[in-house]
Amino acid sequence: MRLFANANYTFIDKRRTAYVISAIAIVVGLGAMMANIALIGSWQNYGVDFTGGSLVQVHFNSERDVGEVRDALGGVSGPEVTRFAGENEFVIRAPLDEGASVDAVRTSIEGQLQAAFGAGSFEISRTELVGPKIGAELQQKALFAILFSFVLTLIYLAIRFELRFGMAAVIATMHDILITLGFLALFRVEIALPTVAAILTIVGYSLNDTIVVFDRIRENMGKKGARKVDQVELIDRSINETLPRTVLTSGTTLAVLVALLLVGPAVIRDFSTVLILGVLIGTYSSIFVASPALVEIRKRMGDGGDRERARKRRARAASV
Amino acid sequence: MFKSVRGRLITVVVIAFAAMWQLYANYRDTGSPIKLGLDLQGGMHLVLEVDDSLGTLTPEAREAGIDQAEQVLRTRIDEFGVEEPLIQKSGSERIIVELAGISDPERARDIIQQAAFLEFKLVDVSALSEQELARVDRALVTSFGVDSLAALGRDVEAPTGDLENILFGGADTTAAADSMAADSTAAGDTEAEPAEAEAPNLRPFSSLLRMGDAPGTYLVAEEDVATARLLLASESGQSSLPRNISLQWGNEVDAAAGRNYRRLYVLVEEAFMTGEYLEDAQAQRDPQFNQAIVNFQFNRAGGRLFSRFTGQNVGEYLAIVLDGEVMSAPVIRDRIGASGQIEMAGAPLEEARDLALVLRAGALTTPLRIMEERTVGPSLGQDSIDQGEIAGIVGMILVLGIMVGYYRMAGFLSIVALTIYLILVMGGMAGMGATLTLPGIAGLILSVGMAVDANVLIFERIREELAAGRATRTAVDEGFGHALSAIVDANVTTLITALILFQFGTGPVRGFAVTLSIGIVASFFSAIYVTRTFFLLYLQGKKASDPISI
Repeated sequence: MRLFANANYTFIDKRRTAYVISAIAIVVGLGAMMANIALIGSWQNYGVDFTGGSLVQVHFNSERDVGEVRDALGGVSGPEVTRFAGENEFVIRAPLDEGASVDAVRTSIEGQLQAAFGAGSFEISRTELVGPKIGAELQQKALFAILFSFVLTLIYLAIRFELRFGMAAVIATMHDILITLGFLALFRVEIALPTVAAILTIVGYSLNDTIVVFDRIRENMGKKGARKVDQVELIDRSINETLPRTVLTSGTTLAVLVALLLVGPAVIRDFSTVLILGVLIGTYSSIFVASPALVEIRKRMGDGGDRERARKRRARAASV
Repeated sequence: MFKSVRGRLITVVVIAFAAMWQLYANYRDTGSPIKLGLDLQGGMHLVLEVDDSLGTLTPEAREAGIDQAEQVLRTRIDEFGVEEPLIQKSGSERIIVELAGISDPERARDIIQQAAFLEFKLVDVSALSEQELARVDRALVTSFGVDSLAALGRDVEAPTGDLENILFGGADTTAAADSMAADSTAAGDTEAEPAEAEAPNLRPFSSLLRMGDAPGTYLVAEEDVATARLLLASESGQSSLPRNISLQWGNEVDAAAGRNYRRLYVLVEEAFMTGEYLEDAQAQRDPQFNQAIVNFQFNRAGGRLFSRFTGQNVGEYLAIVLDGEVMSAPVIRDRIGASGQIEMAGAPLEEARDLALVLRAGALTTPLRIMEERTVGPSLGQDSIDQGEIAGIVGMILVLGIMVGYYRMAGFLSIVALTIYLILVMGGMAGMGATLTLPGIAGLILSVGMAVDANVLIFERIREELAAGRATRTAVDEGFGHALSAIVDANVTTLITALILFQFGTGPVRGFAVTLSIGIVASFFSAIYVTRTFFLLYLQGKKASDPISI
């Protein structure tokens, strides 16, 4: 069996359609972020890891509904109560006051539930209490981590390929992160520590995909007579040649991730969702964003590569 | 490494066995081949900081406090009996404590957070004079103002004369104050303005006090305790108290005439001795009163000090103060030697045991504040492991189906290589003592994806070379060779991300980064060396032109 055995699609020609699709996705995402700022006061739905606050997961031994639990905790003015994956499992989120003891919130929630449902009728299966100071530090760290990984990969790619390859890869990665963040904002997915890990994994995956295509472009450019070939045609050919691999790898990774989403632990469901989205976007962007970006950069800045190759040729000639 | 197929095969087998041996050794020593994170096996994660909410400590003092706390916590937790606890300083002002598999987070928290600062103070049997109490009242009225006292319900005094009479025969000073206060309110109501001149007569604090049953003590009704605490803790409350006197609460609640009371002791402020002289403490059940007690023993110097002091103060009351609360205040009947006793009232024996433990381990010189707390119940952790395993198996079957379905024999070879890869990752984690967390499982699955990708790259390349008409053996060699650059670059960039995650991440993210890093290194080895070895084995005995199943 061979998929896309002699594929000969003209990807670069269709890049304007891709730009429109990407632009729509980004605009929708930015709109969602803005709407979030207006509606929930923050561009993303930050979880307790970042804002500081408390999360208490409670498992009841008998059937309860959200309303009952909410009433027990003070109704509308009380903490936020949502049903968690399992039966009779609830997640309670409450803010933490500056300076207040972290465990005071848990004690008060436990006390109120005991008063309403009786001791022993429930069990606290998970708590996450994060002081506001720690949360703020984490926000900074996460942002710094993402920027830092950008800079390092850019440097690495500039060394291994050429600067314009590095730039194109970073553009594609930024595109992926922007769309992912837009998606997170749109569906108000809770941003927790694992979500940041997921975003950084997307960075890695997207780069991985882009690099495989770029590697082929680099190889085809190095072949004899490559300079006579039209650049767009050469890039198209490279994408087509790597297409079977792109589809197969993405397909395999997606299959594993979907398994994780469907039968994996509930705690990492958000994590899996973000990764699936990231793989889809990453695959799309390596073909429709990163490669066209190469062409665009070349159009605007001229072929830096030619000069570099000429320099290398001279250097080789000099050393012989 | 080795040119011959046999040499390569032996290398692969030896490395795989080393990894398996590492897993077995861990299993033998700890009962689990890989250390599981708190999110998987249940447990508690705490980040503690020196409680400096008043902002009075210098950075050096906070750091010294954390250093001392680390020592004390280590001793306490060791005695508490948690397997492989993690107690680690993070930066210069924080401690991370991780306790795996504990069933009672409440108790663990108490043991960690309790200051266990033991003091011995004399009770001032003369208590506070009427003038001294009036001074406190005046100071409170001036600083709080009549209005905010009114908001607290402390501008007037509800007449409790009846109860007073039952309890103490109505012979104390506060009863008289009651009627005065009541009068002044009545007047205030009719004139509709609380006159300034009347303010000094208000008794916001002293009206809360009833004469206690022992010299130097007062009783405060349980419902008033919060207000009294607030007033006492205020700056004006503290500064208006007589010099050398401190008012401290008792730890137990007394019932009298159907109401609950708490004792407030009048103590000589300076402690004549502290818990630093303690040598040993043991919990016990006192058979006489059927209550839990903690017996403690002083060291030699402490014993001398204690017996000299008690000898000089026979007939006085000795308050044993733990973390600011008076545990008991027995009368000194005779010189006491090198030991003493703390009564725990109605507390269970377990609590007495915990108290004895923290006393033995020593006091925390500065109080600690919990900055972050995460607990996972053991059953939730087990659910996660089970579901993670199922997801892993389903994922593996899917990968196997896709690879064998698409690449046939070559796909099968890659699955064998992937299996070895998984053993290597697990073994690597076991060897490095890394912890498998929930995000770690995700990282593992992702690195499986990367390993698959490397194989796919190679196979696609071989197919291309075959399609270009090259002989089988040449096509395989060229395939591996050409795919290498893409594999290296892809792995290095992902490794960069993983290492940054490790550097900046904490807890679960770190677990993810470690698993991913080990996974990438192993995947590189597996694709380049292991898969190739199996390919060479497969090609053995085939002629250069024979077709291969790919």
